[in-house]
Amino acid sequence: MTTITTEFTGTAETGLSTNQYLTFLLGNEEYGVDILRVQEIKGWERATEIPNTPDYIPGVMNLRGTVIPIVDLRRRFELGAADYTSTTVVIVLRIEGETGTRTMGFVVDAVSDVYNVASDHVQPAPDFGSRVNTQFIKGLATVDEKMVILLDIDRLIGLDAVFSSLDVVDDQRSNPSATSPQETE
Amino acid sequence: MPSILAVDDSVSMRQLVAFTLKEAGFDVIEAVDGEDALAKAQARRADVVLTDVNMPKMDGISLIRNLRQLPAYKFTPMLLLTTESAPEKKAEGKAAGATGWIVKPFNPEQLLATISKVIK
Amino acid sequence: MAIDVTKFHQTFFEESLEGLELMESGLLELEVGADNNEAINQIFRAAHSIKGGAGTFGFTAVTEFTHLLETILDRRRSGQAEVTQDAVDVLLESIDVLRDMLSATRDGNELDPADVVDVQARLQELVDRDVPAPDGATVPVPAPNEDAPTTGTDGDTALGTWRIVFKPQAHLFRTGNDPVRILGELAELGSYTVEADTSGLPSLADLDVESCYTVWTIELEGPTEQSAISQVFEWVEDDAEITITRLDTPAAPTAPDGLEASETATDAPAAGTGTGTADAERRTGGERRQAEAAHGAAATTTSIRVDIEKIDTLINMVGELVITQSMLQELAQGNAINTEKLREGLADLERNTRELQGSVMQIRMLPISFSFNRLPRLVRDLSGKLGKKVELKIHGESTELDKTVMEKIGDPLVHLIRNALDHGLETPEVRVANGKPETGRINLDAYHEGGNIVIEIADDGTGLNTQRILAKARERGLVGEDDQLTERQIHDLIFHPGFSTAEAISDISGRGVGMDVVKRNIMDLGGVIEVHSVAGRGSRFRIRLPLTLAILDGQVVRVRDQVFIVPLVSIVESILFDPVLTSSLARGAGVYRHREAAIPVIDLSESFGIPPASDTEGSTPLLVVVEAEGTRAGLLVDDLLAQQQIVIKSLKTNFRAVPGLSGATILGDGTVAMILDVNSVLGLYRQSMPARPAPDAAEPGSTPGHDVEDTAPAGGQSQTVSEPSDEEKGPR
Repeated sequence: MTTITTEFTGTAETGLSTNQYLTFLLGNEEYGVDILRVQEIKGWERATEIPNTPDYIPGVMNLRGTVIPIVDLRRRFELGAADYTSTTVVIVLRIEGETGTRTMGFVVDAVSDVYNVASDHVQPAPDFGSRVNTQFIKGLATVDEKMVILLDIDRLIGLDAVFSSLDVVDDQRSNPSATSPQETE
Repeated sequence: MPSILAVDDSVSMRQLVAFTLKEAGFDVIEAVDGEDALAKAQARRADVVLTDVNMPKMDGISLIRNLRQLPAYKFTPMLLLTTESAPEKKAEGKAAGATGWIVKPFNPEQLLATISKVIK
Repeated sequence: MAIDVTKFHQTFFEESLEGLELMESGLLELEVGADNNEAINQIFRAAHSIKGGAGTFGFTAVTEFTHLLETILDRRRSGQAEVTQDAVDVLLESIDVLRDMLSATRDGNELDPADVVDVQARLQELVDRDVPAPDGATVPVPAPNEDAPTTGTDGDTALGTWRIVFKPQAHLFRTGNDPVRILGELAELGSYTVEADTSGLPSLADLDVESCYTVWTIELEGPTEQSAISQVFEWVEDDAEITITRLDTPAAPTAPDGLEASETATDAPAAGTGTGTADAERRTGGERRQAEAAHGAAATTTSIRVDIEKIDTLINMVGELVITQSMLQELAQGNAINTEKLREGLADLERNTRELQGSVMQIRMLPISFSFNRLPRLVRDLSGKLGKKVELKIHGESTELDKTVMEKIGDPLVHLIRNALDHGLETPEVRVANGKPETGRINLDAYHEGGNIVIEIADDGTGLNTQRILAKARERGLVGEDDQLTERQIHDLIFHPGFSTAEAISDISGRGVGMDVVKRNIMDLGGVIEVHSVAGRGSRFRIRLPLTLAILDGQVVRVRDQVFIVPLVSIVESILFDPVLTSSLARGAGVYRHREAAIPVIDLSESFGIPPASDTEGSTPLLVVVEAEGTRAGLLVDDLLAQQQIVIKSLKTNFRAVPGLSGATILGDGTVAMILDVNSVLGLYRQSMPARPAPDAAEPGSTPGHDVEDTAPAGGQSQTVSEPSDEEKGPR
């Protein structure tokens, strides 16, 4: 039998765990994702549009022979659109969901840093109002006097009907974007 | 290393025989029927021929008869893989020039013991 | 050295199951009372292989069962017994049992012994009923004809002294036997002295160096028995005179055990050579059963048997690829890049890659006989049950197609055959009354056509009853009371979900899937099914399938600034879009007059919400006429680009299925292009147009006979709405 080893960078004295996060910038905010989920960071290339998908999905890209969808987090969080340039960064992440593991790219403004965050330094997310759904925020961490929003990327994708299998949204061609969590326009 | 031409139309038997012989350090040439074996035997000389009897295209007995005609195979040990239910095949095989036989079913150890008898 | 034989089990099961299919189809072809020699030989060989493998791998039950089969077959191939109908019946049943036994053993399941015992008993009965074989040789082994124990008593064998005279015939060397080896083996039985008598050696001039002239006399002393000694000489007993005499107790009667005739054995056939081996058989039985038990439920993995030639081709191609690669590398290391050479190298690379792709796809290709093989049996069983006489003719069983496609086409084929038998063919009485031959015919045919495989199932039965189909369709509201349908349209109704014309649900095709499911299965494979039927004469079903699911031939089209792939199989033709022929002057919406029919025009830029790109405005759009499920439509595109083979990448892997698309592909420049699912695009269009006009009711272009057939080259020709297009077709 194979044993599953979980990576723990634990502090023995407190029994608390420390996780590493890759952080990136979106507007004025710094966000973090679990570094174990990061597959690679690549530059922006022109994506091929997927018909009838919301504007925060600019399309799909070719990742060494695999077709992966791209999510523009800036648009997803309604922080206003930014132009894609050759310096635009795509973070390729592994997403775990009910249907298995998927690989997706996320467009961000810039990659920032890698932080160790102890679990007791993570506070629950306050209510951000209607703009951002807090369901996919793991919590807030303060690192070097800065606030980092830790994303639960699985939930971000899992709660978004756009990414759910067609069996559910089949024939609801009318407007797939209306099913995403918060569309306030 | 001595080379052995292993002929059997059954994939599993051929795999088993080839694997056993390779594990023992022999050089194995595999063939799927008599015709294939005859061609391969001419392309590369085998030190021992080990062949199944019942095969499509050319059976093992005809294979041995044909091989014996070839100067290179005049004295080569050639063994038939026979079944216990077909003793007449042994006589037929002998008449065709077979050196001896191995009776199926055999286990890998029996196969190697017999092979080692005819390898000089 | 211990060899783990279990690693060969999977192969054994696979080839045995294949062997059973071979046996089954062979048995179905046997003609009672006729000369079936080659056919029986083939069946026998398959049975023999299964038995041999089962014996070696220790599946005792399978060995025993197959042994009966083999005996029955052997007697029939040697003419000792007749091929009778009931023998064929029992053999066929035993194949089913054997198939279950093998599957159960493979999966580590228990098999209900009752099923086996019953058929085994009937096989045994057949064996017993057969005229007993005149010579003992063909008597089955479970009751070997040994009357004295032979070997295996090594522990308490008393010392003995033996004299062995070994007088080989001249040809001994030419059997590959070596006296030195034999003497070496004797040494293992005890200590001995050898005397070589070379008096038989001819003079040097007459000496044939390839012949053996020596006579050896050996005196052996050791704890051994005569049988052990004679076993050493087992292989050469026909090629030599061998006498074995016990010296220390000369009076003791030596148990004759096969060498009894040795003094004169030079040209007698081998007798009783099976003695020692039967014993060996029994010894290993125990170990085998253990191995069988330990085998357990090994996970069944799917594997594919690949013809060695295919692998060799592949290896050659990889070799070429390596050469091209090193050539290019060398080129890159040079100081000045030789563009000519570089171009050549890249052309080679392109060719290598294309060929390699082709060959890799070839690996997944299997002959369709894998699917066809089960059908003769089905026809045989069903016709018996229905009291109909049928002759099934199969052609093209070596036609290859992708393994995945093959696996999914089996059930639809079975259903179509069942249908042909149940509803298509008449009973012998009816046939005769209608002036037809008593025996009905079903033809099954497979062949390649373009990048597709076509399978045809034709019967010479009653054909489809259009009256009844139409009445049923009207009754179910599928067709309006006043709608006039062509014969072909009526025939297509049988593929409508839930449609069945069978008056009574029959035991045979009333259950299970209907024709709509058959059609859906085929469409899921990217294929189409058509029916052609003539009342009273029969029906022909024609299935067209892509050879593989992984690759398709695509037409690359441009819609504004985006590129899509339209599967070539769906394209009827591509024409210049002539606005005069559309019922609406607005781009996109409306109906187009195409070859006497009005087809809806689907503007892909609208369906897919592609915003206008400034530079494409004003160019002449093209209409790609596509067909899906018998419906035609025109897809409005801006340009036709290359036609190429594309590798299909699923969008579901990392995203989800997208309506209107069947997947994506990666183009030569590394970008991704979406592949249209024509069927689904049409479906989307229908949904978006709930009040669409009935196609033929629309009044499109002014002149119905008009036909714009510029099989469009790349756009660029300008065409104005006002242009009179009636007479002057073609480029202006």
